[in-house]
Amino acid sequence: MDISIHTSFLPHDDPDASVAFYRDALGFEVRSDVGQGKMRWITVGPVGRPDTSILLAPPAADPGVTETERRTIAEMMAKGTYGWILLATPDLDGTFEKVRSADAEVVQEPTEQPYGIRDCAFRDPAGNLIRIQELR
Amino acid sequence: MCHPSWGRARIAAQRLGDLARLRRVRDRIDREHVRPLDLAALARDAGMSAGHLGREFRLAYGESPYAYLTRRRIERAEALLRHGGLGVDEVGRAVGCPSAATFEACFTELVGVSPGTYRSRVAELPAGPVRNREAPATVPQLA
Repeated sequence: MDISIHTSFLPHDDPDASVAFYRDALGFEVRSDVGQGKMRWITVGPVGRPDTSILLAPPAADPGVTETERRTIAEMMAKGTYGWILLATPDLDGTFEKVRSADAEVVQEPTEQPYGIRDCAFRDPAGNLIRIQELR
Repeated sequence: MCHPSWGRARIAAQRLGDLARLRRVRDRIDREHVRPLDLAALARDAGMSAGHLGREFRLAYGESPYAYLTRRRIERAEALLRHGGLGVDEVGRAVGCPSAATFEACFTELVGVSPGTYRSRVAELPAGPVRNREAPATVPQLA
């Protein structure tokens, strides 16, 4: 078996705002951008690491999702309990300052956690929680 | 003329905007829970009355902002008592509790034992992971 983790998914509700966050605040490159309006599928990822991507996608685009489920997902995104991802960097403090200075919403400043890691956290424009931990 | 679905869409958008404001309040509690924070200031900064914020927050997250703030402080206090070399009063101050008495009361209510008891109990535990056979025997002492 030789399986790598290739693309993970995060929902957006304002594609332009999400692209701006991942490209300008996190410094990711945009690898593809298909669809239009709110129905856009945008692949982003760290420069120099083409093997891992995040697909920013419209939530609940599957026609099998009911109207009630779609509303629940939109509400969970707005209240910040739906999407989340863990990123990592060797330079946590530098990264934190750069992302903060791009006006991202800070959830947690760099903090030593009792479970043995040091991390910080932001919200992306769709309300997803972006945790960044220090590689050490 | 106004189509009825426009009104519904506007109400839905308003609801999502309100939820996003509540999320920012909750994130602020996460970010600043070790600083002095009070509900009035949180509500003022979010552009809501304290009563409205309290009700809406509870509806969205299942507990009041004050309960959430206290829970975050006590979770942090547990971590500090487990890992830091701090005394009980220092921990209470470090997590932003307004007084030692409040800290004692909140901690005891949420954790089930006082911070002092908690600290002495965790001090007796081995530092690393415990393998099955290393766990202390709990055979009752028979007279």
